[in-house]
Amino acid sequence: MSAKTADKIATAVIITLAGFIVLVMLGLLGFILVRGLGHISWDFLTSAPETIKEGGGIGPQLFNSLFLLVLTLIITVPLGLGAGIYMSEYAKPGKVTDFIRLIVEVLSSFPSIVVGLFGLLVFVNVFGFGFSLFSGALALTVFNLPLMVRITEQGLASVPQAQKEASLALGLSKWKTIKSIMLPIATPIILTGTILAAGRVFGEAAALLFTAGMSSPRLDFSDWNPLSPMSPLNPFRPAETLAVHIWKINSEGLAPDAPEIAAGASAVLILMVLVFNLLARFIGRLIHKKFTATK
Amino acid sequence: MIQSGEKPKVKKHIIEEWTGKIVTSLCIVLLVVTIFSMVYFVATKGLSSFFKDGINLGEVLGGSKWKPEGEPPMFGALPFIIGSFSTSILAALIAAPLGICAALLMVEILPKFGRKYLQPAIELLAGIPSVVYGFVGLSVIVPLYRDLFPGQGLGIAAGASVLSIMILPTITSIATDALAALPAGLKEGSYALGATRWQTLYRTVLPTTMPSLLTGVVLGMARAFGEALAVQMVIGNAPHIPNSLFESTSTLTSVITLSMGNTVMGSMQNNVLWTLALILMMMTFVFVFIVRWLERRAQR
Repeated sequence: MSAKTADKIATAVIITLAGFIVLVMLGLLGFILVRGLGHISWDFLTSAPETIKEGGGIGPQLFNSLFLLVLTLIITVPLGLGAGIYMSEYAKPGKVTDFIRLIVEVLSSFPSIVVGLFGLLVFVNVFGFGFSLFSGALALTVFNLPLMVRITEQGLASVPQAQKEASLALGLSKWKTIKSIMLPIATPIILTGTILAAGRVFGEAAALLFTAGMSSPRLDFSDWNPLSPMSPLNPFRPAETLAVHIWKINSEGLAPDAPEIAAGASAVLILMVLVFNLLARFIGRLIHKKFTATK
Repeated sequence: MIQSGEKPKVKKHIIEEWTGKIVTSLCIVLLVVTIFSMVYFVATKGLSSFFKDGINLGEVLGGSKWKPEGEPPMFGALPFIIGSFSTSILAALIAAPLGICAALLMVEILPKFGRKYLQPAIELLAGIPSVVYGFVGLSVIVPLYRDLFPGQGLGIAAGASVLSIMILPTITSIATDALAALPAGLKEGSYALGATRWQTLYRTVLPTTMPSLLTGVVLGMARAFGEALAVQMVIGNAPHIPNSLFESTSTLTSVITLSMGNTVMGSMQNNVLWTLALILMMMTFVFVFIVRWLERRAQR
């Protein structure tokens, strides 16, 4: 076989395989949306699930997912920013820093189910938070923190060296330089990364099975006192999220319309992830435009 | 002596500096403490089945019978270990050629098409939650395999198919970065010698980027190994070693997912489940170690 024929065959094979990936993606997306979109209605999005009857909704689960996301971000963002700033600006090159990098890498590759088990042991049992939104948020923080640290580091690394040196030369303290010069410049990257990480948190289920629990109490959406057990805002109540709900109805769902509910809920989950992705791009571009005066 | 009206000795910006340093150090200390407590807690729980319940390590790692409620109870985890390894290796074998081809297309062959269609497709695949993959696997791949092959359709083949799509983005993005970072002179040299594109890719580009490509494959495998829910939904969950790829079996993650909630904390079966979690954790260390080794090779 001549070299030219081999080249043509190989190119064809590569293009076919890559085309196959696009087809799989389109098929996947199409399947979920076609199966699921028909089931989505205002009623489906707001009503409570049914255990054995059909016609259940995903209202509490959707709320739990969003609320848990907010709680997680409130804990993760400051911690991740702090740790990221330390790693990028204060850590001196050496054995200790290398070691910290290694264990952050290890933490980011721990299976989420192991993070969930750790949450079950420590947050649920030792700290006594029980199966609750708060335990879930802490588990997700552990799961998400390495990513947040990496995003912050990337953001700070994108700041031009000259800008940082100019600030230091003017006599600003290092902390002031970080806070007032570097963080604003790094904001687009950090924000984009955070929104993408939020999408990941939104779909996470394995770390939540044994921390936020697999059930949701009857919520009273007219009660907004965070201390009352029926209130949706109470962080110490068990909460089944949307992703956990999909898993549960697929493995032990008794409702006759379980497949439709799973399809509808999956479609909602995918749409939310899409929204997060688009939002990340849009906000990143917007801020970039504002800060750099480019068109 | 500080008189009233005189400025304090410690200047404002020095206090500020130290506050920043201390706050950020506390964050990193918290991170380090979390990781160590994670290893400590899972290890003590996981080892208690050996020290407290007197189960033999050989029985867990080598025994093929899992009968936690039997008389006497048997805790052979070999089926789960085999299940985990076979699904993740098979998934990596399916995803590696696909992912590397996608990366070659994006960097070398059709950069415009790649950036416009393939890149967003793959980024989207990365964002899809694992339960959705499980759901699609359960409603598309399992019925398909049930029709095409003998058996229920559940099993290692279904698990590996679902996982291979899940780990595709990991492999592709790392391969793309590695290919794009290759010095252009290397390729140009090959073309100048009269080599075709495939000869250049096959003899020059792929061998030089091999350690980085393998890094992506190992990272993908690590992800497949630790994935719990998507696998649990399509693997069938029978606790024995299967005779074929289309027969129901279990993985380490699937048995933990299913049984952890139904066992009492501190009971013998519960402790063995923690031992399985410890095995998962040790495997993470092994994967990170391999990745670090490959990265060192890639830098040379």
